[in-house]
Amino acid sequence: MAQQNSTAVNPKDKTVTGNTIEKGKQFTFALAGNANVGKSVIFNQLTGSNQIIGNWPGKTVDRAEGTLSFEGNEIKIIDLPGIYSFSTFSMEEIVSRDYIALEKPDAVINVVDASVLERNLFFTLQLLEMNVPLVLVLNQIDVAKSKGMLIDKNKLSALLGVTVVFATATRGEGIYDAIREAVKVANNKPKCKQLKYHKDLEEQIEKVQHIIEKENLNLEYPSRWVTIKLLEGDIEITKLVAEKTKTVIAQLKLVSTEYEKSKQEKCFSIIASERYALASSTVAASLQQEEISRSITDKIDWFATHRVYGYITAAAVIGGLLLWTFFIGNTLSGLISEGLSTIYSVAPELSTSASILGIIFNGFWGGIDAGLTLIIPFVIPFYLLLALIEDSGLLTRVAFMMDSAMHRIGLHGKALIPIILGYGCSVPAIHSCKIMETRRERLLAAFAITFAPCSARTVVLFGMVGLFVGIQWALLLYVVNLAIIFIMGRVAMKAVPGKTTGLIMEMSSFKRPSIKIALKQTWTRTKSIIYIVFPIYIVGSALIQVLYVYDILTPISNALYPLTVTWLGLPAFAGVLLLLGTVRKELIILGATAVLGTTNLLTGFTSVQLIVMALVAMLYIPCVSAMATLGKEFGWKTATVISLANIGTALIVGGLTYQLLNLFI
Amino acid sequence: MYLKKLVLAVQKSAQDYLKTVYNLSKNGEAVNNTDIAQKLNVTPASVTEMLKKLADEKYIKYSPYHGSTLTEKGLKEAQKITRKHRLLESFLSNVLRIGNDKVHQEACQMEHALSDEAEESLCRLLKHPDTCPDDGKTIPACDLPFSNCEECIQLHQKGLEQVGKRDKNLISIRELKSGSSGNISFIRGEHKVLQRLLDMGLTPGTKIQIIKIAPIDGPVEVAVRGSKIALGQDIACNVFIEIDDKKKQG
Repeated sequence: MAQQNSTAVNPKDKTVTGNTIEKGKQFTFALAGNANVGKSVIFNQLTGSNQIIGNWPGKTVDRAEGTLSFEGNEIKIIDLPGIYSFSTFSMEEIVSRDYIALEKPDAVINVVDASVLERNLFFTLQLLEMNVPLVLVLNQIDVAKSKGMLIDKNKLSALLGVTVVFATATRGEGIYDAIREAVKVANNKPKCKQLKYHKDLEEQIEKVQHIIEKENLNLEYPSRWVTIKLLEGDIEITKLVAEKTKTVIAQLKLVSTEYEKSKQEKCFSIIASERYALASSTVAASLQQEEISRSITDKIDWFATHRVYGYITAAAVIGGLLLWTFFIGNTLSGLISEGLSTIYSVAPELSTSASILGIIFNGFWGGIDAGLTLIIPFVIPFYLLLALIEDSGLLTRVAFMMDSAMHRIGLHGKALIPIILGYGCSVPAIHSCKIMETRRERLLAAFAITFAPCSARTVVLFGMVGLFVGIQWALLLYVVNLAIIFIMGRVAMKAVPGKTTGLIMEMSSFKRPSIKIALKQTWTRTKSIIYIVFPIYIVGSALIQVLYVYDILTPISNALYPLTVTWLGLPAFAGVLLLLGTVRKELIILGATAVLGTTNLLTGFTSVQLIVMALVAMLYIPCVSAMATLGKEFGWKTATVISLANIGTALIVGGLTYQLLNLFI
Repeated sequence: MYLKKLVLAVQKSAQDYLKTVYNLSKNGEAVNNTDIAQKLNVTPASVTEMLKKLADEKYIKYSPYHGSTLTEKGLKEAQKITRKHRLLESFLSNVLRIGNDKVHQEACQMEHALSDEAEESLCRLLKHPDTCPDDGKTIPACDLPFSNCEECIQLHQKGLEQVGKRDKNLISIRELKSGSSGNISFIRGEHKVLQRLLDMGLTPGTKIQIIKIAPIDGPVEVAVRGSKIALGQDIACNVFIEIDDKKKQG
C-alpha cells in the first residue's frame, strides 16, 4: 500500500539521447488516459520535451513524440491526447484509437487519476477490450491520499489482470517504475485477462463475435472489440465491416434489436452502464475510503466559485494577469533599457553618408535592443503568472463562472481558456482552440483571439500610449478592446450559423502550483517566441533602417494617404508603420523610432494620434505568424475573411475614435 | 351537454391552477394564495375555494398560512400540462413562426385539448426540444419509461402505446438546489451529447449530486462517481432524476 518511490536509475540512462545503444531493444510506448491526469507531466519528465502542462483538460491536441534511453533500451514515447472514451465523436478519440489499434505500440501506459479512479477505469476497461499490452499508472496518488482514499495495489492488479504502478508525477515518483514495468510487458507480452460483463450482455457479444470470426474478416482490430463496437453502433467500425460483408451487419441488427427489445434499453447505453458497473465494483473491492475533514482546497474552491467572490476571483485573475504584465513589464523594460544604453546607444540620425554596414549594424542593434526591452519584460512575467494559475486549477473555476457570459458570444466557458492564452501570444492560443467541440466554436474562439491584446500589442499600447499619453489612457484602451472583443464576438456568432454546444467540463482538483513546472513552462513558451520573434526583430529592424535611409518608404505612405491621413488623422508615415506591423506588431514602434530618429514619439505624433495609432494597431490584422496559424487551422479563405474583418473593425473604430477625440480634446 | 361543458371548464381551470403552483414554486417551496390570484387574475376568495377543492382531490397540500405545495399526483398533472404548454409554444414559434409575444396566449388555449398521443408526436417532430422559446424554461420530461430519446425514436406509435407509463415523477437537475441528489433516470437530446454524458459516468441509475450552481444561469457543478463535472444550463436541463420522496419531505 505504501507509495513506491522511483528507485535510483543510472543518471546516464535517464538522459535524452539520439545515439543508439548497442545492446538493448527499441520499444514504442504510448501514454493514454483521460484528460488532465498528468500524461504530459510524465512525458516531459521522461523525454525532457516541452509539452505544455496545465491543470485544464485538453492540452495535448495532437500526439507528441519523444525518446529516452532506459537501462539500455531505446524507448520512443508517444503522448496521446486525453480522452474519456473510444467513441468516435472527436478527432482526439479517433487519433488515439487508431494509433493504439493500428500502429500497435509495444505497450500502452494507461495513466489514471487515482483520486477519480472509477471514472478513469471506464477508459482502462476499453483499453483491455482492445487487448493491448497494458501498464496501469495510478498518478496523483498523493491527491488520492489527501482525499482519504487508500488503494490496494495488489488487489486492483489482480482484478484487472494488469500491472499497477503508483506515481506522483509532479515529484517524479513512480515514473521510471512504470517504464520498467512497461519494458517487462513489452518483452513478455502477457495475455490480457478477459474481463466479463454481465451474463446477458456476454451472451450477445458471444453470438456476434461468433458470426464475425466465422466470416474471417481479417480486420486489424481484435474481434471481441469489433463486436462491442458494432453493438454500440460505432459508425466507423460499422462502415469498416459493412465494406467487407453485409451479412454480418444484417445478423448483428437482428441480435441487437432483439436484445434491445428485451432490455428496453439501447445497446450503447447498456454497454456504457456495464463498463461502469464493472469499474464501480473493481473500485469498491480495492479502495478504502476514510473520512476526512474539509480540506483547504475545498475552501479555495468554495471561494472561487462563490456567487459573489467567484466573480471577484475571475476579475482578479484576468485583471491581475494584465495589470501584473503591464506594471512589471513597465518597470523591467525601463531597467533593461537603461542597462543597454550603457553598452551602446542606437544612433537615431543616420544619413546616406554613413556606410551601409553601419546602417545595418545600427538597425541590428536596434532590433536586439527592442527585443530585450519589449518582449522579455512583458512576456516572461505574463507566462509565469499564467503558468501558476493554470497549474493550480483556477482557470477551470474562472471558466465555470464565466460560462453564461461566454454564451452571449456563442461560446461556452471553456473558450475563456484559449482567449486568456491569447493575451500572451495568439499562435499557441489559436492552437489551443482545439479544446472546443465543434468547428464553429473553434472558429468563434479563434476570431475573438485575433482581437485579444497579445503581448506584442500590449507593448505597442504601452510604448505609444502608456509612455507618452498616460497610463490611464492605456488602461482605458484595454477596456475598449475588451468591449470590442465582446461586440465582434456577437457579430460573428450571428454571422456563423449553428447552435452553441453546452459546457461539459471536468472540474479538476485544486492543487498547489509547482514552481518548477511553472518555470519550465514559462521557458518553453518564451523560448518559442524568442526563436521566432528575435530573428524577425533583428532582420526587420535592419531592413527598416536601410529602407528609411534610402527613402524607399515614401511611395507606400503616399498610397495609403486617404486611409491614414484623411480618415484616421494620422501622420503620413503611419501607412508604412501599419505595413511593418503585419510582420510583428512591435515593429510599429520600432519603425516609428527609426522614421522619427528619436525614441520620443511625441515629436511625430500628437496625443490623439498616438491613441488612434495604438487602437488601430491592436485591431487591424493579426500578425503574419497568427495569420499562418489561422490558415493552417481553418483554411486560407477563412483566414482571409478574419483578417478583412479585423481591418474593417480597426478602420471603423479608429476613424470614429479620431472624430470623437477631436470633439473633446 | 351543458353539464359536460361545465365539467370540462372546471377541469381546465384546475389544470391552470396546478400549472401556476408548479411555475411559482421554486424548489418545491410552498406558494401563497395572493401570488396565485395575481398570476391567474382572479379574486383571492376564488383561489381559496379552488385550492381547497384540489386539496380534497389530493392534488395539493394546502394550509391557509403556509400556502400550497404539489403532491406527487399534483406534480404529475402539473408537469404534464406544463409540458404540453411549452411544447406547443415551441411548435407555434419554431414551426409556425408565430411571434414570441403571442405564443403564450395561444398555447394556453390549446394545451387542454392536446392529447397525450399528439404530445408525443409533437415532441418527436420538434426533435425533443429542451426549453421553450419565450422564457427559456425547461420543458418537463415525458412520462414514457425511457432512459433516452433514442429508445423512443425507434418505436412506432403503436409501440409507444405498449410501453406503458413511468410511475415516478422526474425533475431536471437544472431545477434543483445545491446539495440535493437523486438517481439519473432520463437524459434527453441528441446522441452526441448523450454519449459524452454516458462516457463521463452519467449512466441511468447513477447517483448524481448537485454541488453548486453558478449564478446568472451559469453551469451546474455535479458530483458523479467521485468526479466533479460542470454542466452548462443547456446540458443540465436535459438530465432528469427521480424525485426522492423522503428528501422532499425532509
